[in-house]
Amino acid sequence: MLELFGTSVNLAPIWLTLEVAAITTVVLLLLGTPLAWWMAKMRSSNKVLLEALVALPLVLPPTVLGFYLLIVFNPTGPVTEFLRFFGFEGQLTFSKTGLVIGSVFYSLPFAVQPLMHAFEAIPQRLLDAAATMRAGFLDRFFTIVVPLSQRGFLVSATLAFAHTVGEFGVVLMVGGNIPGQTRMVSIDIFDHVESLEYDQAHILSAMMLIFSLCVLMLVYGLNRRFGVKVG
Amino acid sequence: MILGNLRLQLGHFQLDSGEFALPLQGVTVLFGRSGSGKSTLLRAISGLDKQTEGQLRVNGEVWQNGKHSLPTPERHIGFVFQDAALFPHMSVKQNLQYGLKRLPKAERMAAEADFNAIVMRVGIADKLDRGVNFLSGGERQRVAIARALLMRPQLLCMDEPLSALDWRSKSELLHLIEEVVAEYRIPMLYITHAPAEVERLADRVVFMKDGRIDTIETLQEALARPDSPLFDDQGAVSVLQGQPLPSEEGLHPIRLGADTLWLSEGMDTQREQVRARILARDVSISLSEPQDLSIINHLQCTILELLPSGEQRLLVRLQMQDGQKLFAEVTRRSAERLQLTAGRTVHALIKAVALTE
Repeated sequence: MLELFGTSVNLAPIWLTLEVAAITTVVLLLLGTPLAWWMAKMRSSNKVLLEALVALPLVLPPTVLGFYLLIVFNPTGPVTEFLRFFGFEGQLTFSKTGLVIGSVFYSLPFAVQPLMHAFEAIPQRLLDAAATMRAGFLDRFFTIVVPLSQRGFLVSATLAFAHTVGEFGVVLMVGGNIPGQTRMVSIDIFDHVESLEYDQAHILSAMMLIFSLCVLMLVYGLNRRFGVKVG
Repeated sequence: MILGNLRLQLGHFQLDSGEFALPLQGVTVLFGRSGSGKSTLLRAISGLDKQTEGQLRVNGEVWQNGKHSLPTPERHIGFVFQDAALFPHMSVKQNLQYGLKRLPKAERMAAEADFNAIVMRVGIADKLDRGVNFLSGGERQRVAIARALLMRPQLLCMDEPLSALDWRSKSELLHLIEEVVAEYRIPMLYITHAPAEVERLADRVVFMKDGRIDTIETLQEALARPDSPLFDDQGAVSVLQGQPLPSEEGLHPIRLGADTLWLSEGMDTQREQVRARILARDVSISLSEPQDLSIINHLQCTILELLPSGEQRLLVRLQMQDGQKLFAEVTRRSAERLQLTAGRTVHALIKAVALTE
């Protein structure tokens, strides 16, 4: 609890939001990088289907995505049952895990698309040249691809993080709204407004606004220092 | 030896080389029009395209067997790409060291010992700390050549390394490649569609057509047939190899066996061999040794054969005293008047000679 301008504000939803967003970003970079690479190098017509699948969360109402995730990951659903077989306890929905799973799906296009475009922009002959200089696949990836896609990684991480911070529908569906456990800041603000607690809503909203602005300025500042044009 | 038979399907383009055997020695030029499959074949030989199928053995080592192929990093080749393909996020020095760091220890030590010599030889010693984006086209290719040489490759591949350059850099770089070939004696596969580069560099030529290897010939053989793809609109060309001698009276002689050929342009007399280029239409024939003529170069030759060249003309294939072949172009009318027949001894009058470049 924080006392601000005579109003007490519960900061737990903010911390939870940042935590979920950070974990989601890491997961997305780990999963999104190979996926984006695979898609960037894909020549067959399957690429269209895959691109469309990855882009789905952009057009789908978050509630639809949330609904399907709820069905697939519910405590008696196939995925949970499968994990239980390996000794998994707990559940995938209405928990922090659920929030992360939902966020990963929801923010997938924001992480994958910038990476895919960055990878596509790297001339194949640079990788060929590295191969003729005895660099194996991972060696080439970390010495040529990663340094040349810095900006793609930066944009990808920023968008994934920012988009997760800003989500509402999916976390409500998959995470529920359990105070202290799955109540993220966007939902918290909604609740405050619903119960006419405008002071709390004001403070939380302003904090989010300032925080988001700072993060974006930091990112674009770094981007400039790398000498790459923002745009 | 390189023994192979490679197939590669890329979109609508199909490479199907057919069986081929190339000595792993000297310069082999892959020649053909664009779309003939030269680059695709070179990529297949380098293992840069995973869909390659067929057979490939280099010095007894299996590089391709059916669909299974030895990964490029294990093939120990050097590759110079058309546009240099330098790593833009690294300095010149870092580009050069990229491959070096990945060599096994013994080779790395040797390559590091060669580093300065190669950098000097290629002429980039003063540019090591530059970013590669601040280099001219010619400088970029020099770095690319040094980068490939430092790998101590058993096969050096060059894919049209001069095509993106202006004529001056082209000529300088061709000279450099020639020197590198002479000095390091690394077997080279060189792609070009410029006959001048073939004449200057090639020991043998692989003619490619529609994704197939058409023929493999030595440069002499390739230049010996009147319909050679190496001849452009200037007609048949002869390339003579000789040893440069010190200049006399402002002229620059080349020794061809017992004969001497006089050139007006200077050359590097340190070199073991130079190549001179003579257009068939610049060669006339005389039955007797000419005495009162302004033409300096006249050589005694034997007629090997007469080949029709168009309606009114004949190509006369001559053998010089040192065994090299020379084309002369004459009209049918002159051939009849002089009674030119195979086996006859004549004098070739050469109006113009140029060094190949």
